Amino acid sequence: MRQITYSQAINEAIREEMRRDPNIVLLGQDIGSYGGTFGVYRDLFEEFGEERVRDGPLSEAATAGFGIGLAIAGMRAIVEIEFMDFSTLVLDAIVNQAAKMRYFYGGKLKVPVVIRTPAATKLGLGAQHSQSLEAWFMHSPGLRIAMPSTPRDAKGLLKTAIRQDDPVVFIEHVRLYASKGEVPEDEYLEPFGKARIVREGSDVTVVAVAMMVQEAMQAAEELQKEGISAELIDPRTLAPLDRETIVRSVEKTGRLIVTHEAYQTAGIGAEIGQIAQEGAFDYLVAPVKRVAGKDQPIPCGTLQEKVFPNRDRIIEAVRDLMAS
Amino acid sequence: MTQSLKTTVLAQAQMLDFYRQMTLIRHFEERVVELFGKGLISGSTHPCIAQEAIAVGAIAAVSREDQVLATYRGHGQMLAKGGDPKKIMAEILCRGTGYCKGKGGSMHLCDPEIGFLGTNAIVAAHIPIAAGVALANKIRGNGLVTLCFFGDGASNEGVFYETANMAALWRVPLVMICENNGFAISVPVEKAVSVKDIAVRAQAFGFPGEAVDGNDVLQVYEITRKAVERARRGDGPTLIECKTVRWERHSAISAGKYASREEMKRWQKTDPIPRFRAHLADTVRVSGAQLESIEREAREVGDQAVEFALQSPPAAESELAEDIFA
Repeated sequence: MRQITYSQAINEAIREEMRRDPNIVLLGQDIGSYGGTFGVYRDLFEEFGEERVRDGPLSEAATAGFGIGLAIAGMRAIVEIEFMDFSTLVLDAIVNQAAKMRYFYGGKLKVPVVIRTPAATKLGLGAQHSQSLEAWFMHSPGLRIAMPSTPRDAKGLLKTAIRQDDPVVFIEHVRLYASKGEVPEDEYLEPFGKARIVREGSDVTVVAVAMMVQEAMQAAEELQKEGISAELIDPRTLAPLDRETIVRSVEKTGRLIVTHEAYQTAGIGAEIGQIAQEGAFDYLVAPVKRVAGKDQPIPCGTLQEKVFPNRDRIIEAVRDLMAS
Repeated sequence: MTQSLKTTVLAQAQMLDFYRQMTLIRHFEERVVELFGKGLISGSTHPCIAQEAIAVGAIAAVSREDQVLATYRGHGQMLAKGGDPKKIMAEILCRGTGYCKGKGGSMHLCDPEIGFLGTNAIVAAHIPIAAGVALANKIRGNGLVTLCFFGDGASNEGVFYETANMAALWRVPLVMICENNGFAISVPVEKAVSVKDIAVRAQAFGFPGEAVDGNDVLQVYEITRKAVERARRGDGPTLIECKTVRWERHSAISAGKYASREEMKRWQKTDPIPRFRAHLADTVRVSGAQLESIEREAREVGDQAVEFALQSPPAAESELAEDIFA
């Protein structure tokens, strides 16, 4: 099968959907012929023109509001927020408006808006450009949240996101943009709410998202040499979250590690750990462990390496679990 | 601001319809306040008493298909857009027969069938949403115009400025109607707005802004009509500041005093309804009997709405987790 990058996969998903549905409009900054901050929108402006690819001013909050307005008027909007850290500027639009509008209007409106935004960890950009804030959105009912780790999932999930009639927060990763993977040439969709078992194993379950899927995969291969068999699960979407696949895996392995780059406290690891407690308590032979970002502002330079989890920390945590 | 009601010549039937709507909104809101006092309204409610001329005058300038977005003080706008008083009152009372199945309440009213794309309870948040609706009109070339109502307080929020800039850049068919009622909860506009007229803020974005007497229904109608024409022509947004006063507290649960008794007395003299009534009686020569009949009818419609709402069942428990996703 052909291999393309995560960035190309996203670009293809949007291009194909925009060709299929003339109602789709892109909003954001630097998305014109510049092609997006990270080049994800390359050539879309040339193909679809300024009416549908609306390169706008640095007004994130209003841009998201415009997107919601297009959506409730019967169109579909994709709003790009250049870094996930800037989603703070758009929280009202996402959390108080898009997520709740259908509900408080008793189902009278649909809000098909996709908010695309990348996490940008370990780029050395410091405290305001390095965060993973997915837990904030997961704490908000009414949203669908995708967080793909491969080109194939990125394309298939984004197409699903664009076609559905609910607001979606689509979380990408800057360090994944250049990563390559197999992506079918024929059209396909990936479902929300269905986790992917990346690697089967029997001793410990590792649930990882985004960049941490790669790190966890390397850790699993290393642990295999020691005779420890790790099962790796990528939930792919956080809302809906495939609880069943996680619980079933924990029933099999009896051990769970959740790893994410976001801050540990009240991160998605806390939620997933609790799901395991509720769903598979009798099967757990050791406490659930989190391998997550440190609870502190993220520094730039080499110090940043100290705050993010990595392959080695996962290996260490698994060894601890196996010993306990 | 100083122009009188006399300057606008409209068909008598249309003026009587304005009067009918204004009296209906007044009576409707008085009943809402009364029901709140009886503990029948969940949370709170934000009456638009004394601001009826703005909703009626402005919305008369658009068609049924044009869209309106408004604030939590938006019962009047929904009535003026053709909303069914019964279903609005039922929603305010969180009844299952309400527009939003009784789940939105007083601050969340919506009916796309009549081009009413919702009232919103976060100050100014709906301004960019309204502009997005207007942008959809522009992209589709459907000739529709979007009216967005908001208060003086909202004109201090960041998204107001962001939206004004983007709406101007993209020339979207949007009419921004600021109901300056003098107070953002308790803070007087003099302490919160750096200019005398909020309308001048439009100048910064290169589109027209005009202040009008918001208690003069004909003036509001006339100025909105021009702004709507401009928007339909493709010339972009307009900001209209309608100066008015708020007699009632910000919301029914608001504590604290925001104005003196003398001020309140003075405000009563600006009441748009007796003022328009006098115009109809003295200048248009409508008979007292005809005006009274309109008033009686408005009261009946309002009372029927209350009856309907009170007799309706509360929001169904089976609806609790419905409508979260499409």
